Amino acid sequence: MATKVVMEALSPTMEEGRLVKWLKNEGDAVKTGDVLAEVETDKAVMELVARADGIIRKRIANEGDSSPVGTLLAVIGTADENIDALVAAAKPAPAAAPAAALAPDAAAQANAPAPEPASQGAEAPQQPPAQRTPAPTMVQPPLPPSGSSGFGVVSSLAASTSAGDGKRSRSSPLARRLASERGIELSQVRGSGPGGRIVKKDIESAVKSAPAAAAKASAAAPKKTPRFITRDGDFQDVPNTQIRKTIARRLAESIGPIPTYYLTAEFDAGRAADMRAQLKELGDDYKVSFNDIVIKAVAMALSEHPEVNAWWMGDHIRYFNRVHVAMAVAIPDGLITPVIFDADKKGIGQIAAEAKDLAEKARQRKLTPEQYSGSTFSVSNLGMFGIDQFTAIINPPEAGILAIGGVEAKPVVIDGEIVVRQRMRVTMSCDHRVIDGATGSKFLQTVKRFFENPLLLVI
Amino acid sequence: MALITYRDALTQALREELTRDESVFLMGEEVAQYNGAYKVSKGLLDEFGPMRIVDTPITELGFAGIGVGSAMVGLRPIIEFMTWNFALLALDQVVNAAAKMLYMSGGQFSMPMVFRGPNGSALQLSAQHSQAWESWLAHIPGLKVITPATPADAKGLLKSAIRDDNPVVFLEGEMLYNTKGEVPEGEHVVPIGKADLKREGGDCTIVAHGKMVLVALQVADALAKENIAVDIVDLRTIRPMDVEAIATSVQKTNRAVVLEEGWEMCGVGAQVVDFIQRECFDDLDAPVVRVHQADTPMPYAKNLEKAAKPDAAKAIAAIKKVMYLG
Repeated sequence: MATKVVMEALSPTMEEGRLVKWLKNEGDAVKTGDVLAEVETDKAVMELVARADGIIRKRIANEGDSSPVGTLLAVIGTADENIDALVAAAKPAPAAAPAAALAPDAAAQANAPAPEPASQGAEAPQQPPAQRTPAPTMVQPPLPPSGSSGFGVVSSLAASTSAGDGKRSRSSPLARRLASERGIELSQVRGSGPGGRIVKKDIESAVKSAPAAAAKASAAAPKKTPRFITRDGDFQDVPNTQIRKTIARRLAESIGPIPTYYLTAEFDAGRAADMRAQLKELGDDYKVSFNDIVIKAVAMALSEHPEVNAWWMGDHIRYFNRVHVAMAVAIPDGLITPVIFDADKKGIGQIAAEAKDLAEKARQRKLTPEQYSGSTFSVSNLGMFGIDQFTAIINPPEAGILAIGGVEAKPVVIDGEIVVRQRMRVTMSCDHRVIDGATGSKFLQTVKRFFENPLLLVI
Repeated sequence: MALITYRDALTQALREELTRDESVFLMGEEVAQYNGAYKVSKGLLDEFGPMRIVDTPITELGFAGIGVGSAMVGLRPIIEFMTWNFALLALDQVVNAAAKMLYMSGGQFSMPMVFRGPNGSALQLSAQHSQAWESWLAHIPGLKVITPATPADAKGLLKSAIRDDNPVVFLEGEMLYNTKGEVPEGEHVVPIGKADLKREGGDCTIVAHGKMVLVALQVADALAKENIAVDIVDLRTIRPMDVEAIATSVQKTNRAVVLEEGWEMCGVGAQVVDFIQRECFDDLDAPVVRVHQADTPMPYAKNLEKAAKPDAAKAIAAIKKVMYLG
């Protein structure tokens, strides 16, 4: 039974993926779990793995192709089964696809369990959809006569299953393995075993007689499509990467339908700066950033204000009992928001260590979907770029995001005196459907209290 | 090394272990005064006396049970069955008591005992006395099952069996007692659960045990004249089975024939083939073929008995089949 290799949803928000690179060739034997290809999703370059054992019979998608989730990319099957119908069905559908070809898929759809309602619970493991294969039909072979050696029975079974398919050829498992290792096309080999079974020695003689064919095959390998096309030197057309498309679509979605308002406050960062300095004196192991302190302050404030720790779900609001704070990380071709789970329960040191590790992984594009999904609130910091204040765009379905500016020395009036203090400006973007003005303001007050008195974060 | 019979090798093992450990004793029908139905215990009564070489009435279930009880209180009994065909009467003690005692007593009672005796067919002993029981016994968790083929293995494995703290079923070959082989004198112990490559060749694997190892060796000699070299994997122990040795050989030869004395259905060969198809699937160039006794009670008539038994000619035909030779 051949198995379809389809573009899988490799991240929770992925709707299409770009096949970056095939790692297996047609004719290669693969095992369940083997990596077949690299696929660029909207978030990262992920591995597409085999869902069945067999041989890569046909690669349908080319490197560089973008395809919607569910598109047939390749077919895994046994060396000799007929996959013409599967491959034909993958071709751009003619106006009226033959009903017969559609029927099995439709039946499988009907039998498939209903998809989970857009569940994005933080704990839900991000499983790619299971390959749908029709339930195997039990074939009851005739009972072998007792005392038989097996050969006769096997050949008669094979003969009966191949009835009506004149091109079916048989081969031993070893022959199939050797053929794939040595790049021999089984259909080009004549079998010398019983019933025309291709066996080891047939492959060995084929290898001797066909070195030229192998060389030709490698020369015909597809050339790489250039990523950049320039015309007259005037401009460059840069194809949108998946992550760029996702940013565009999601941020447009956000600024459009989300009734956002902004709350700005200025925090005194003096004590936080003192704490950082004191910790730094204890050694590099204790180094924390302002951002780590902000994350901890935000997380603790969220646990005090569950009305802010929520998602807008269209027909309802989902309030979370746990606090998972995402932090925006800039990467060369976009940004990504890895998550510090249960940040309210973690010490600043642990948050600092996780943040560092996640940022590094993000830059290397090695984050797994579990690491960037499921956040309940986000923090974005542009202080390191010399930005003292900005507004961040909400990452739906979250209801808020806190934009952090840089810490700088400023004159402030305290008790009628102008004094110099370390100050940091923050702006919270709120989805008014979830967070009303007073609610957001109280939350921000709590964040301020925690940040300005960082001892509260450690008791 | 001395060239001695399989029978004498077993006697050596018994004598050495009776001497080494005074908790060891031998019990069974005619083991003492008559020196054993197959003379395996020859001279032991004189040497060790009637407390340690014990004759019993014809009561297999009874003396097997006495063995189990004495093992529970710390002795190391060796229970001899005149043949394993008679041991059917004692299987309740072997299967339900000995094999399960450690488990069901929550680890309180180990069973350091050996059940031994001749197994398989001889010549014209007919249906009830020509049976190979290893697949029955190897089916049982809690038992170790040993089938030595050569005098050296018989000695070394019997010593290991007597020293083992678990119940061990030791299946000797009735037709093997008079075969000769070189056997190291004195301390010679063969570990339980280790197969032995009795012949090395790259073209085909023969997996065999017990008496069938000798058939495999005949096959190897005959095929050598046709420039076909076979690996002979002598399992030696059926349970635990040395699957690594099987895999190593099959990965080299890409084909296998499994030879056994017993019947096909649920036989030892079925277990071996199951292992090969699971672990060596991509190494196989041909289906594995089994050679075994015909699926019928053993006929008494000489010509029919010969037709029913697995032999070298049948094994050679099987090897040629898996090698796609004619």
